[in-house]
Amino acid sequence: MGLMTFKGGVHPHDGKEFSKDKPIRELLPKDELVFPVSQHIGAPASPVVAVGDTVLRGQKIAEAGGFVSAPIYSSVSGKVKAIQPRRGAVGDMVNSIIIENDGEMKEVEYVPTENVTALSKEEIIGKVKEAGVVGMGGAGFPTHVKLSPKEPDKIEYIIANCAECEPYLTADYRRMLENPKELIEGMRIVLQLFDHAKGLFGIEDNKPDCIAKMQELTKDEPRMEVCPLQTKYPQGGERQLIYATTHREINSTMLPADAGCIVDNVETLISIYKAVKLGKPVMNRIFTVTGDAVAEPGNFDICLGMSYGEVLEAAGGFKVQPEKIISGGPMMGFSMFGLDIPTTKTSSSLLCLAKDDVAASETTACINCGRCVSACPEQIIPTRLAKMAGYGDMAGFEKWNGMECIECGSCSYICPAKIPLAQSIRTMKKQILAERRKK
Amino acid sequence: MSDMYNVSSSSHIRSKDTSAKIMLYVAIALLPASVFGIWNFGLQALILILVCVATCVASEWIFEKLIQKKSTINDFSAVVTGLLLALNLPHTLPIWQAVLGSVFAIVIVKMLFGGLGQNFMNPALGGRCFLLVSFAGTMTSFTYDGVTGATPLALLKNGESVDTMKMLLGTTAGTIGETSVIAILIGAIFLILMGVIDLTIPASYILSFGVFVLLFGGHGFDVTYLTAHLCGGGLMLGAFFMATDYVTSPITPMGKVVFGIVLGILTGLFRLFGANAEGVSFAIILGNLLVPIIEKFTIPRAFGQKKEVK
Ligand code: SF4
Ligand code: SF4
Repeated sequence: MGLMTFKGGVHPHDGKEFSKDKPIRELLPKDELVFPVSQHIGAPASPVVAVGDTVLRGQKIAEAGGFVSAPIYSSVSGKVKAIQPRRGAVGDMVNSIIIENDGEMKEVEYVPTENVTALSKEEIIGKVKEAGVVGMGGAGFPTHVKLSPKEPDKIEYIIANCAECEPYLTADYRRMLENPKELIEGMRIVLQLFDHAKGLFGIEDNKPDCIAKMQELTKDEPRMEVCPLQTKYPQGGERQLIYATTHREINSTMLPADAGCIVDNVETLISIYKAVKLGKPVMNRIFTVTGDAVAEPGNFDICLGMSYGEVLEAAGGFKVQPEKIISGGPMMGFSMFGLDIPTTKTSSSLLCLAKDDVAASETTACINCGRCVSACPEQIIPTRLAKMAGYGDMAGFEKWNGMECIECGSCSYICPAKIPLAQSIRTMKKQILAERRKK
Repeated sequence: MSDMYNVSSSSHIRSKDTSAKIMLYVAIALLPASVFGIWNFGLQALILILVCVATCVASEWIFEKLIQKKSTINDFSAVVTGLLLALNLPHTLPIWQAVLGSVFAIVIVKMLFGGLGQNFMNPALGGRCFLLVSFAGTMTSFTYDGVTGATPLALLKNGESVDTMKMLLGTTAGTIGETSVIAILIGAIFLILMGVIDLTIPASYILSFGVFVLLFGGHGFDVTYLTAHLCGGGLMLGAFFMATDYVTSPITPMGKVVFGIVLGILTGLFRLFGANAEGVSFAIILGNLLVPIIEKFTIPRAFGQKKEVK
């Protein structure tokens, strides 16, 4: 009622109670850190250090591999031990720089900016690019590219994605409570790039404390506004968030900029602040360790490159043996084979579930109940699409708008027949995209 | 080493709803009409209900045993089919005919097409129409309080007067479960509250049928006549429990509206211009056959897609 939202969506159990009241704790890394050269969308970064080199915290260890790419910085001081492929969270092998931590945390000298308002737009974007800022909500799209739309004058809204609609995750929530000023400063910097834009903070109403705090802090900011959103998954989906806050619709062939919007997540805006104001590159992020299998769930300020297992140890390890461990949230995260995986710029959490719903539920025949249709935020027909995917009907799949799927998983979640709809649709989308590339 | 974790593609959580739970809700929602039917028509009605349910479940179980498929009887859909079929029969129907109808509904209409979700016709209605065609005599003879008599709809068709109050309550001749509008609505409200069905199909069906009767009924704006048509025969039972059958109705939101309107018009045509007083069953079955076409023309616009303008 009155709250902004979108059509469709689901209400999974939010699971945030495990970690929401745990203040952010800083973690010091142990001996070995791993930095995959591909932590973003676009060309992999290319290493600029060699095995045996000594590096400082904050030193660039890999250079951006093109315009759509981002550099990578060491989060500790120490020695480059190896450069070799290592397994990433998604399960693939990625070339990685491995650094032996000397435990001293010797840092490079950062060059802060006294007066940010004196910076030109190009200088700001340059600093963001140089600091290796990417979409830290999970997408990993290089932020400087996002901040350089074709027609900057047509950007009317900068939307801070503070929805955190994925169940269990509480990193953005803690950020808003503990570092709201940095978030607002990050927004101010982005607004400096777009003269006609207004800054919106879209926050789900299950975080009333954040809404109150942000409203209080922005009440004298004419260019900023807090937009309370209805709590519903996937409220933080880019297209859904844009619609909820501005009533503009975009589809798979459009960018947010086509609707005059730029969307950045909480952690990204804070990284922008750190990059531009403090001159610090992306080396840390907030990371939630949670789930009913974790002894002491919590939110941690981690040095990127630490392994998931190391952060888990800080959370007291397992209370019970989990059936499933997930990088990210339960709706869109990736289940992992093991814990010996490095955290990257886009790692938001480690979720350990004692019981795996998916393994426990038996798939039965589709009863055509339409629940997947009502749940789908893209207003497509998941059951038909999954069936077409089943027999490889590409033409039908495209005709029924299958390419519009944002892979939010709402359909799989809601289906009473427990059919893995999103999974089939995702696979089909990949095949069609591969097919298109061939042409 | 630690390869003891389950790995699968997202999403990793599932809601608590299952198909069996939904079917169970439908069965529960049919209870008021069933109980009323038993009270209204007596022991014979109870026996028919039990026979139909038992035969439906048994046929599904035996069929799946024979073709060596995993049994699906605990999804409750066969129970719902049996119950619905029984509610669509006159209580005087010989038991062996009811058994035959149940077997037809499950084996021919449902299982031969691949089981739950694959059938294109509502099994209960398929069974009923099979019986109507095969045993027209017993299927269309109705007795009430021991006297053979016409149903209110038949009276209406002959231009005689009917008691709409009795039709609301259900103390009239008819099939076991169709007579009491109130009992049916109680079940329907339960289903709507539980989120099992929504009003789209019933509302567009009943509304369009009402409009059809007003336009072509030849009675002008006669409220009693209209009410009698709305409360009479299988309309309410059909609109809330059979037209809303998931498997045999369109899944596209717009398609549901179109489907309801098609049913309204077909029912009107059959009732006003057909040889029989009743037309709901045939209208829904015909509508079922049109579902693929309706869906094809009602593929929804995806979010953010341009409307075909300019
Ligand atoms: S939610 Fe599941 S059972 Fe219902 S229509 Fe969709 S795929 Fe079929
Ligand atoms: S079809 Fe795609 S967009 Fe729609 S609910 Fe399923 S995963 Fe989400």
